[in-house]
Amino acid sequence: MIQLKGLSKAFQTKTQTVTAVDNVSLSIDEGEIFGIIGYSGAGKSTLVRLLNKLETATGGEVTIEGESITSLKGQSLRSARQEIGMVFQHFNLLWSRTVAENIAFPLEIAKQSKQKRNERVQELVNLVGLEGREDSYPSQLSGGQKQRVGIARALANNPKVLLCDEATSALDPKTTDSILALLTDINKKLGLTIVLITHEMHVIRKICHRVAVMESGRVVEEGPVLQVFRNPREHMTKEFVRQITEPEEDASEIVFDEEENGAVVQLKFLENKAEQPFISKVIRQFDVDVNIIQGKISQTQRGSYGSLFIRIKGSSEEIDKALAYLREEEIEAEVMERA
Amino acid sequence: MLNTWMEEINWENMWVATWETIYMSLIAVAATFLLGTVLGVLLYLTDKGNMWENKPVHTVTAAIVNIFRSIPFIILIILLIPFTTFLLGTMLGPSAALPALIIGAAPFYARLVEIGLREVDKGVIEASQAMGASQWQIIQKVLLPEALPSLISGITVTGITLVSYTAMAGVVGGGGLGNLAYQEGFQRNNNEVVFVATVLILVIVFILQWIGDIWTRQIDKR
Repeated sequence: MIQLKGLSKAFQTKTQTVTAVDNVSLSIDEGEIFGIIGYSGAGKSTLVRLLNKLETATGGEVTIEGESITSLKGQSLRSARQEIGMVFQHFNLLWSRTVAENIAFPLEIAKQSKQKRNERVQELVNLVGLEGREDSYPSQLSGGQKQRVGIARALANNPKVLLCDEATSALDPKTTDSILALLTDINKKLGLTIVLITHEMHVIRKICHRVAVMESGRVVEEGPVLQVFRNPREHMTKEFVRQITEPEEDASEIVFDEEENGAVVQLKFLENKAEQPFISKVIRQFDVDVNIIQGKISQTQRGSYGSLFIRIKGSSEEIDKALAYLREEEIEAEVMERA
Repeated sequence: MLNTWMEEINWENMWVATWETIYMSLIAVAATFLLGTVLGVLLYLTDKGNMWENKPVHTVTAAIVNIFRSIPFIILIILLIPFTTFLLGTMLGPSAALPALIIGAAPFYARLVEIGLREVDKGVIEASQAMGASQWQIIQKVLLPEALPSLISGITVTGITLVSYTAMAGVVGGGGLGNLAYQEGFQRNNNEVVFVATVLILVIVFILQWIGDIWTRQIDKR
């Protein structure tokens, strides 16, 4: 639905040329939540602004539903922008307008009649759960409520695409979760395509279907979230994945008790295996005891994954059998220590 | 004692002068508000990084604003005598003071408008562009409403300056309380007239400030 072809953006400063976006090609499907992750300065903010031409590309092309955004100008660009909603990190609400008036603003721009505006505002207020706050001013709202107004405003003209520029980065974890739940809900209810940029991996994990990792203007890795999480290829991706999947402590920090016998094993779950009772099966089928040392299992939009450190105790033979069984079930079992 | 003291004052002239001052101030404030806002918006929009970025226009506008803002008002009146007589056929009376008042105050107000507009969150302007707003819609629906408290407190300050300008204009024949205080008070050595005229000017200033404060507070939802 959205095609980026060899997209580039260079900024000219007095002394040098800075390439913020460097030859990026991506294809985003209709109805998916596509995440773009990168550290600040990776060019993701610039990239998302190229999608509605808030920034003008210096090379390449953006097409949305076959329409070339990069070549639009004037009135046709403004009309196209009405079909691309955008949500901002700092909300960017008009403080001089109430919640209802803020949501009505894009409808005013689209020259809708007053009656239509009022009806639509009420629908949107209900959709984002702000009933009763219509006449409040932004300064009277919490961060999460402000972002709900921002989302309602972005959806006002029934856009085809919603761009989220670090939409949750200014919010606390609990509020972040509620906003992410709202975005997932909107994606399912309206079938809306969402392009989301963030520097927080858990945002990608919670709601995105596919992810692209950006580093100094280039997309270094791209694919379905689960696949990228399980098999990160690039260094940058591994760093991001580690943020949310490694247990609190590094594996090297686990103290191996010399007195204990058995094996310390790291299990990595693939596909949806994390939801099945492997540990109890192992204990029942083999003459071993299992002690969980630590672990972390994460949910994504399309399955869960994670790793678990366990100590298996028993005769060497039984331990081997248990490990063989786990591997048969396509669980990666890496023996960290064996005594 | 108070009775005999006040007897020296021609109250009818005093009221006429008061109304002249109010008339000059109100018309000048209204015209300054319009002209200053237009100039201020132009200064803001043609500045670097803004919608109509245009260095020549910005530089010329800024130069005109700075020149008229820097000329002492009493000199500006004298410089504008030919212009005023050309415009109104006379240089006497309250209306004759208006061109000088407006030309003197509008550049000052334009700078206050520019400062107020610069405080408008750039993110909000970006959001409006992302929604497909035209430049005119951004000026009318975003820039001016979001800067309104600054515009109102700015016009209050300018209005107070204008009241004192009317007094100066009075000295060179513009009418109003300044003219009265100078001609009937100073030149005839009648200190009571000077005193009462001063008090009346102060009352006008206080009322202006009071209205401005209430208005600003009411519309400021930040």
